[in-house]
Amino acid sequence: MRAQRVGIEVSRAIAIAAKLANVDVVSAYPITPQTHIVEDIAELVANGELDAAYIPVESEHSAMSACLGASAVGARTFTATAGQGLELMHEVLYVASSMRLPVVMAVANRALSAPLSIWGDHSDVMAARDTGWIQIFAANGQETFDSVLCAFRIAEDQRVLLPAMVNLDGFHLTHMIEPIYIPEQSEVDKFLPPYQYPLPLDPDKPITMGAFASPYIYTETKKAQQVNLTAAKEVILQCWREFGDLFGRYYSPVEGYHCEKTKVLLLVMGSFSETAMSAIDTLRGEGKEVGLIKLRLWRPFPFDEIRRAVRDAEVLIVLDRALSFGGPGGPVCSEIRSALYNEDKKPKVIGFVGGLGGRDISPGGFKEIINRGIEISQTGSEQEFEMFGVRE
Amino acid sequence: MTKSEGELTWRGLEIGSIITEPGNASQYQTGGWRTQRPIHDTSRCIKCGLCAIFCPEGCIEPNAEGYFEPNLFYCKGCGICARECWTQAITMVEEEE
Amino acid sequence: MEKYAVFVPKLVTKRENFAPGHRACLGCGEALAVRLACKALGQNVIIVSATGCMEVISTPLPYTSWRVAWIHTLFENTGAVASGIEAGLKVMTRKGERPAKEINVVVMAGDGGTSDIGLQALSGALERGHDFLYICLDNEAYMNTGIQRSSATPYGASTTTAPAGKISIGQVTWKKNVPAIVAAHDVPYVATACPSYPFDLMAKVARGAAIHGPAYVHILSVCPTGWRSAPDLTIRIGRLAVETGMFPLYEVEDGKYKLSIDLPRLRPVQDYLKLQGRFRHLSEETIEEIQNRVNKEYARLKEKVA
Repeated sequence: MRAQRVGIEVSRAIAIAAKLANVDVVSAYPITPQTHIVEDIAELVANGELDAAYIPVESEHSAMSACLGASAVGARTFTATAGQGLELMHEVLYVASSMRLPVVMAVANRALSAPLSIWGDHSDVMAARDTGWIQIFAANGQETFDSVLCAFRIAEDQRVLLPAMVNLDGFHLTHMIEPIYIPEQSEVDKFLPPYQYPLPLDPDKPITMGAFASPYIYTETKKAQQVNLTAAKEVILQCWREFGDLFGRYYSPVEGYHCEKTKVLLLVMGSFSETAMSAIDTLRGEGKEVGLIKLRLWRPFPFDEIRRAVRDAEVLIVLDRALSFGGPGGPVCSEIRSALYNEDKKPKVIGFVGGLGGRDISPGGFKEIINRGIEISQTGSEQEFEMFGVRE
Repeated sequence: MTKSEGELTWRGLEIGSIITEPGNASQYQTGGWRTQRPIHDTSRCIKCGLCAIFCPEGCIEPNAEGYFEPNLFYCKGCGICARECWTQAITMVEEEE
Repeated sequence: MEKYAVFVPKLVTKRENFAPGHRACLGCGEALAVRLACKALGQNVIIVSATGCMEVISTPLPYTSWRVAWIHTLFENTGAVASGIEAGLKVMTRKGERPAKEINVVVMAGDGGTSDIGLQALSGALERGHDFLYICLDNEAYMNTGIQRSSATPYGASTTTAPAGKISIGQVTWKKNVPAIVAAHDVPYVATACPSYPFDLMAKVARGAAIHGPAYVHILSVCPTGWRSAPDLTIRIGRLAVETGMFPLYEVEDGKYKLSIDLPRLRPVQDYLKLQGRFRHLSEETIEEIQNRVNKEYARLKEKVA
């Protein structure tokens, strides 16, 4: 059966992905710009289109906590949040991953207070880098929808059993109407098996979840967690391969656009990728040898793929949509630099921070960034990184 | 015998550090804590079982004849049983070295 | 001497689902409360624990004292975790993803995790009407971290963050009435209990678990370490708490108050306070203040019952 291609708001597409995945429990708290996701899910439940328990919790901390409980008894669990909400549930994120509970969450990336901003950037999720979640960034509506379906499959895989986050830019993606292929339920059922937790809470087989660890044993628990998250990459690759075989769209941790043997590369995450592609086309039309790297898999970090993608480049310009104050600037740029540090042959890595608090960057803006980046690679710079588009 | 925390390797841990042996703390000898121990006088014991109810460790059980006696592997010597016994059948004495 | 027919052994299961070998202090009233609650709850239960004394003394990796299904995540979220478990079980049963067997979801949290940091999650769970039992084990301070004050610490008690000193009597606020807050949510069942009255406690826990909808049992847990009392006096002090009116035993069923023990007159609070080191600095004036307050509160409670 052919899938339907519909013009649909990306938030609604996420709700439909949750419906097709037949989630059991949705426990969420509303926060702009994620509201349409949870509202659409509530509507599906109220109309009997999705048979799930919708728990209207009283805060994001409780939202993620309820997800822990539901997942621990074997229920397929989904939630969504943004910005401040992600920060409020911060301590619970660590528990989800260290207790190996495969909760799936959509994060409508939003800037952090203060000052209050409801608009999109990556600050919220950059604070969650170390939480041990699988983290994927979507660049458009179709990717978002597909990533949510894949997230269930990856998170619940018996070899993984780790929570997974799908990141999409707040407003720039959540509130856009895009053409998205929505598969039939039967196709999704072929792709996504039912959720089976190996040791659920069950009175007939009593287990203790969440014991405390003294210094004698804590290190070993973290080693186990690290090994598992790293090993998840193989499962992610396999899942994306199978998804491609079934639905015709293949995803990879790192995607190149005119990258082969290109001297100057720009690297971005999220919806900026699409805008940057226009800039790349324009510059290439002018005879400039530039290309784009879209980073899709953020955790576990795709070291091999990144190193391979930049192998031939001389300049790598990284645009971050988050700022680590008093430090090296962009988190993505820092990690890329660190990944390339030991390579014999590596490009000069130039860092930019832009697009904060929902500020847009046009294709012209990307042109400016690339040209400035090339300039810095030749002349050097006093600063660790540059903030783009600041009115001085 | 559960491996102690100092012996477990990261591979030996269950997923999410879940403990799958219910009640395996019963291997831990809390009886080593006490500085006094209860002595039960069966001639005064009326087998009411209140000492068993009030013991925070849950380590007082009736023997074959039905008289209640403490399990010294666990008994911490708190003295609640001696204090609550209706017939004063239990006395606390200093634990010898 | 005549041997009485055994009575306790006939009424109570021998099985210890809270196994000995746990690391609670000598004479711990809270460990006893948990032990008795477990006897009332049986095997068909999932226990959701908050961070606190009971979690720490019962589950030092790789040991566990629990012979029932048990989960601990964080300090302040037991209300939410229990909500997720309850909703998850319900929906999975409805969708045929698990056998249709009801399981009791029971929270065990301390006074800190209930009255302070956990109040929001508790209120949310009560308002949403989840089918669960919330047991608050009240030892009247953050005992596990070293006897710091909580909103459940009684007036005049000395704790490490509200210590008695040259210009302070210790706790300067009155104990937060959490059972009243819970009752204000219009839940089917609220009760107070004390391990010194073990059969009353077990009956209330069993009743709370059997109720469909939210139920709450608030258990006074005498703490010899934090209250600076002799370990063997735990039961006696708990009894005095009830007999002096400092911790009345009652139930609220669908909004109707019922006293579990209707005392003809109350013992003076001094009988209770003098056994505990945390009150030893109190002047006669402060003790009188406490006595007046207890008299007033008890009269108010009796009015609700009438």
